[in-house]
Amino acid sequence: MSSGPVSTPTQTQTAEDRFAVATQWQLTWWRFRKHKLAVASGIIVIAFYVVVLLADFLAYADPHATDSKRSHIPPQEIHFFDDGAFKPYVYGLTQKRDLRTFKLSYQPTLDRKVYLTLFAEGYSYHFLGLFPTNKHLVGLVDAKPEDGIFLLGTDLVGRDLWSRIMVATRISLTIGLAGVTVSLFLGILLGGMSAVYGGIVDTIIQRVIEILRSMPTIPLWMGLAAALPNSWSVIQVYFAITIIISFLGWTDLARVVRGKFLALRSEDFVTAAELAGASQYRIIFTHMLPSFLSHIIAATSLALPAMIISETSLSFLGLGLRPPAISWGILLQDAQNIETLALAPWLLTAAVPVILVILAFNFLGDGLRDAADPYG
Amino acid sequence: MLAYIARRAVLAILTMAAISVFAFIIIQLPPGDFVDAYIANLSASGSSVSMEEAKSLRALYGLDQPVYVQYMKWMSRVLVGDFGESMEWHRPVAEVIGDRLWLTIVLSLAALLLTWGIALPIGIYSAVRQYSALDYIFTSISFIGLAVPNFLLALVIMYFSFVLFGANVGGLFSSEFDLAPWSLAKVWDLVKHLPLPAVILALAGTAQLIRIMRANLLDELRKPYVVTARAKGMPEARVIWKYPVRAALNPFASTIAYLFPYLVSGSIIISLVLSLPTVGPLLLKALIAQDMFLAGTIVLLLGVMTVIGTFISDLVLMWVDPRIRFQMD
Repeated sequence: MSSGPVSTPTQTQTAEDRFAVATQWQLTWWRFRKHKLAVASGIIVIAFYVVVLLADFLAYADPHATDSKRSHIPPQEIHFFDDGAFKPYVYGLTQKRDLRTFKLSYQPTLDRKVYLTLFAEGYSYHFLGLFPTNKHLVGLVDAKPEDGIFLLGTDLVGRDLWSRIMVATRISLTIGLAGVTVSLFLGILLGGMSAVYGGIVDTIIQRVIEILRSMPTIPLWMGLAAALPNSWSVIQVYFAITIIISFLGWTDLARVVRGKFLALRSEDFVTAAELAGASQYRIIFTHMLPSFLSHIIAATSLALPAMIISETSLSFLGLGLRPPAISWGILLQDAQNIETLALAPWLLTAAVPVILVILAFNFLGDGLRDAADPYG
Repeated sequence: MLAYIARRAVLAILTMAAISVFAFIIIQLPPGDFVDAYIANLSASGSSVSMEEAKSLRALYGLDQPVYVQYMKWMSRVLVGDFGESMEWHRPVAEVIGDRLWLTIVLSLAALLLTWGIALPIGIYSAVRQYSALDYIFTSISFIGLAVPNFLLALVIMYFSFVLFGANVGGLFSSEFDLAPWSLAKVWDLVKHLPLPAVILALAGTAQLIRIMRANLLDELRKPYVVTARAKGMPEARVIWKYPVRAALNPFASTIAYLFPYLVSGSIIISLVLSLPTVGPLLLKALIAQDMFLAGTIVLLLGVMTVIGTFISDLVLMWVDPRIRFQMD
């Protein structure tokens, strides 16, 4: 009866059956799974959020500890094999005096090996913010106080860049999430209102969106962010920046919500629900919401990278988060001028996670957007 | 058609009003009023202000009156071109901003033209030769352009040009023209310095436009009329250029309205990295020094320029696309 290949009629049959009875989420997942790049990006994004959870554990040096003698140490290789056996080590540091500047500094010496160990003890922190501990993924055994791992080198005041990037990931990625949550709330509320009430409400909300979209955002953010009082704590600034960023970021989400809402309202199943006497509330939440939830998720994952770029740009300018907070933007601020870059080019590695996570979110969002419409 | 222009004009004016409110909020945000800040600033530099003067200053700016009156007073002065005085420079704001505003606009416009110039041919090529090697290359480059914030790109390019050529690529003028009055030679010098910052600025927008152009053209190319034209033996070049490209251009053109504000925004931040003499570095300095009239005015002028630019692009769009011209309600 079906036109499937003659050799495997039963298999085709079952595949079709499975397709016919699959729920929308299953279909979405099947479609998404086909998009290899999106799946890979999804894994990268998850990995980044694992870093968010385990930041302090993955760091091996106190990200705030300064040491002028460790200033601008270039990245040091970790040697994995010692005499043919797997025994990772780094070279120890010795104190040297620069004969031109008379400055004391530490430099790696090739005659002393310091071995690495897993689950080493280091600076104390609260694991997941709850359990006090001092265990870190890697650390040194029998090291002198001046020794250290310098996977990505150190900055001007001797803070370890790898550890700082780990901890910065926490702030940069959660500020994106927090910002997107606020944007999502505004977007769903205003986009939904626009679609449900129509008429004058719709007109006003749409005009506001158009006005917001035609403004140059960075100068506005800068103006608003610069006004945050200097006395505010890191947490207060964090939330203020989140609100400033999401304040201009909700418009895209509102458009998606409104568009989907209007498209769905004329669908047969909504009319059927209306005729069956379902309340407006029930129609929206049990009938319409599940069908455009996937679109909202896709739009959200496309909005996140914009949030991350915004925070990074603002902090880069010195108007966003301020030290002692650590975010990607703050790390990049150190790499701002050509003099520093010429001296310590490894400071630019702080750009790598930014680019990686933004790319990953973009591919993931693209894949989700394609998968969100599994019947298309 | 007139109705369309009128509607656009009203929206543009509303947007400008909204921007002026934002600019006013930014001026008002720092604690204390600006006469306090002005007095603090003057006493820091050694001179002092008598109570009398302070009072007359407050009356001049209407600080003893409710906020909306202050706003109206500020606006009425702004409308005649009086933007107040910069506290840091002790000169009128308009004078401090000077050429920088125009240079910002020139840079953004150059980036806009470049965005079109790059995105259009590449978008068409990628759609017509879908899944070819070059299509993959362009697509990957455009994704990277999308993902790299332009200030990062500026940093990286600056670093490599320093390492490879030992040259600092910043600035918009050679040193001998920096303070020189405008002349043809100076304009030519500007033209020579413009491409690099314009390319950096344009890249992100280009990436987006290529993707839009490619997707639109692919949609068009699958339509039956294209098949018909081919079946009737129309030369391939004509098949593509005559209708599908023109039809695909329409949504392409409408994104311009959102591209221009985006470019102006971007120019602020890359100007800081490349130390270009646009309003970007001035705005940052003003905000840090809480020189609020200067900062507020820059935000206002940038916003207004953007809105005017968007309005013009709307008019161009209407002129290009007959469907907008004839679909007048």
